[in-house]
Amino acid sequence: MATRTDILGAPLAHPGWLERARSRPGVLVAGSVVALLVVLVLAVGLGTVAVAPGDTVAILAHRLLGLDIGGTWTPAAETIVVDLRLPRVLSAMIVGLGLAVAGTTFQGILRNPLADPYVLGTASGAALGAAIAVLIPVRTVFLEFGLVQVLAFIGALLAVAVVYRFSRTGTLAPLTSLLLTGYAVGSLLAAGLAMTMYLSGTNLRQIFFYLLGGFEGSSWLQLALTTPIILAATVAILLRARSLNGFLLGEEAAAHLGVDVRRERVILLGLASLITAAAVSIAGLIGFVGLVVPHVVRLVVGPNARRVLPLSALIGASLLAGADLVARLVGGIPVGIVTAVIGAPFFLVLLRRARSGYEL
Amino acid sequence: MIAEQVAPTTDRAEAADGQAPIVELTGVAAAYRDRTVLRGIDLAIAPGERVAIVGPNGAGKSSLLRVITGTLHPSAGRVTLAGDPIEQLDRMAIARRLAVVPQAASLPFAARVEEVVGLGRLPHEDPFRGHRPGDRAAIAAAIDRVGVGGLLGRDARELSLGERQLVLLAMAVAQAAPLLVLDEPTVHLDLRHQVETMDLLVDLNRRDGATILAVLHDLGLASHFFPRLVLLAGGSVVADGLPAEVLSDDRIRDVFGVDPGFVRRAGAPGPAETRDEAGGVGSVVERDRDAGPR
Repeated sequence: MATRTDILGAPLAHPGWLERARSRPGVLVAGSVVALLVVLVLAVGLGTVAVAPGDTVAILAHRLLGLDIGGTWTPAAETIVVDLRLPRVLSAMIVGLGLAVAGTTFQGILRNPLADPYVLGTASGAALGAAIAVLIPVRTVFLEFGLVQVLAFIGALLAVAVVYRFSRTGTLAPLTSLLLTGYAVGSLLAAGLAMTMYLSGTNLRQIFFYLLGGFEGSSWLQLALTTPIILAATVAILLRARSLNGFLLGEEAAAHLGVDVRRERVILLGLASLITAAAVSIAGLIGFVGLVVPHVVRLVVGPNARRVLPLSALIGASLLAGADLVARLVGGIPVGIVTAVIGAPFFLVLLRRARSGYEL
Repeated sequence: MIAEQVAPTTDRAEAADGQAPIVELTGVAAAYRDRTVLRGIDLAIAPGERVAIVGPNGAGKSSLLRVITGTLHPSAGRVTLAGDPIEQLDRMAIARRLAVVPQAASLPFAARVEEVVGLGRLPHEDPFRGHRPGDRAAIAAAIDRVGVGGLLGRDARELSLGERQLVLLAMAVAQAAPLLVLDEPTVHLDLRHQVETMDLLVDLNRRDGATILAVLHDLGLASHFFPRLVLLAGGSVVADGLPAEVLSDDRIRDVFGVDPGFVRRAGAPGPAETRDEAGGVGSVVERDRDAGPR
């Protein structure tokens, strides 16, 4: 076997598994796509009523691609797969994809490894919006899509807009100002949320469930309304990977490398916030995916956003759909617990094995 | 203080012949909010020149660089890059005309030396597909030129400050812009790395024809390695020309408020902060006068 080399052709001293993976991004992408498809088939097939993998694939091929690849299945199996599980699995995937892409973007723009999709107040804005929606007695009028989702979406975007607006008035450096303003506005909204919960009485449980996050209520309609937003914003971010790379050495250096810093900052933060708001509106607050997936991917492929963004998207989708499957199988616990329980140890191991001292 | 124009060197006269200045400032003033940091700046740099901006802290050196690189908009006057008004150029166009060596910035994520150098290709690379063979060749050439080949594969955050400075310089070289701008490139460096960095700048200037514009604190290094000094004080150009003429005894006393002897005494044991100035302005200038660009 030929010696592996780095991008400039110099031989590498110790080509470990991380090294081999890094030098073959195409293999990584292909592997991630395969993993995503495997998770799709498993997640749709497994549950209280199991559908055989062969039948699952046949039903999916029949309904999604219009292909007839043989196999016989009962109408009940088709109903379970298509009407119950598929929207739930696809929701988990699109939300996982969105959170990972938004996390990558926020970390890159804010140059902060601790940034996650909720760092600029989206989480508290969405939570307060959802809590208010629960308390509004006329919610039954909007039953199908749900006032909760609508107000969560609006709340998330409003919170970010307020944070961004306020951060520009101070004399602090823009990034510090954004982070501190995000924290301050988030705290204020959290107080509003606590007050709303205190006043909510019997509706407390409903608010609490929203805050834990999950995909119990997923429907094709919710999916149809949020998927275009998340996918379009993800593509728009992917097309700006060059700008995101420019921010690696700081905003001043980014400007000198040809990035229109103010414009790119507001566009990228806006797109990532849009993704987060859409994700939060249908899934509630799911932590960890947006924070950790980009780090894991960066440890393997380096900081180039052209590689980090697509891989994070694929792995975020697989991870959240897989975590939702586990949450379902162990009796319907909140998916956020599963993402943390799976993700945290894995991340810790990876941190220890990383070639270099990886600072957080 | 009144700007006093010292007679231009013969180097400059030749270099400026028939070509638009690579940078030209006319009557430039600049301010942060209501605090004026630059006033009445006239400065022209011809292609192929090597110019050091010197002056005490707060003289406006970094502000001048920020005006030239388009990150600080002048409140009066005009700035042109190769004849084009800077406000008509977008960031990408500016980045193809001038490369700025950043101050050693902290990296938020692990990044390899070659990845950091590769950032220099940002203004040239395909926005959607990234580096093409031409970009990779430019990165390899820059790594070779600056001599950081031994650092490939290492996390840029593990490097010493001197090594990191060289990597950032290689990044700016990979940017392949005709003008190279540096703000205090020798700060944090020990004496040997200071001299090596300066030698490299001279070499990039002479062999590759890069125009070099650097802010330097160290008057000894500036006068030894740069045939033209621009002395700033209080936001104005106080003197501009040959090191020996710019750094006269009177000006060192007036502008820096120190005894000129601190700058002059070659190799004499003295206070730590003046030891770097060893070399002596007068003698150094004599030697360097023949060593100007072409």
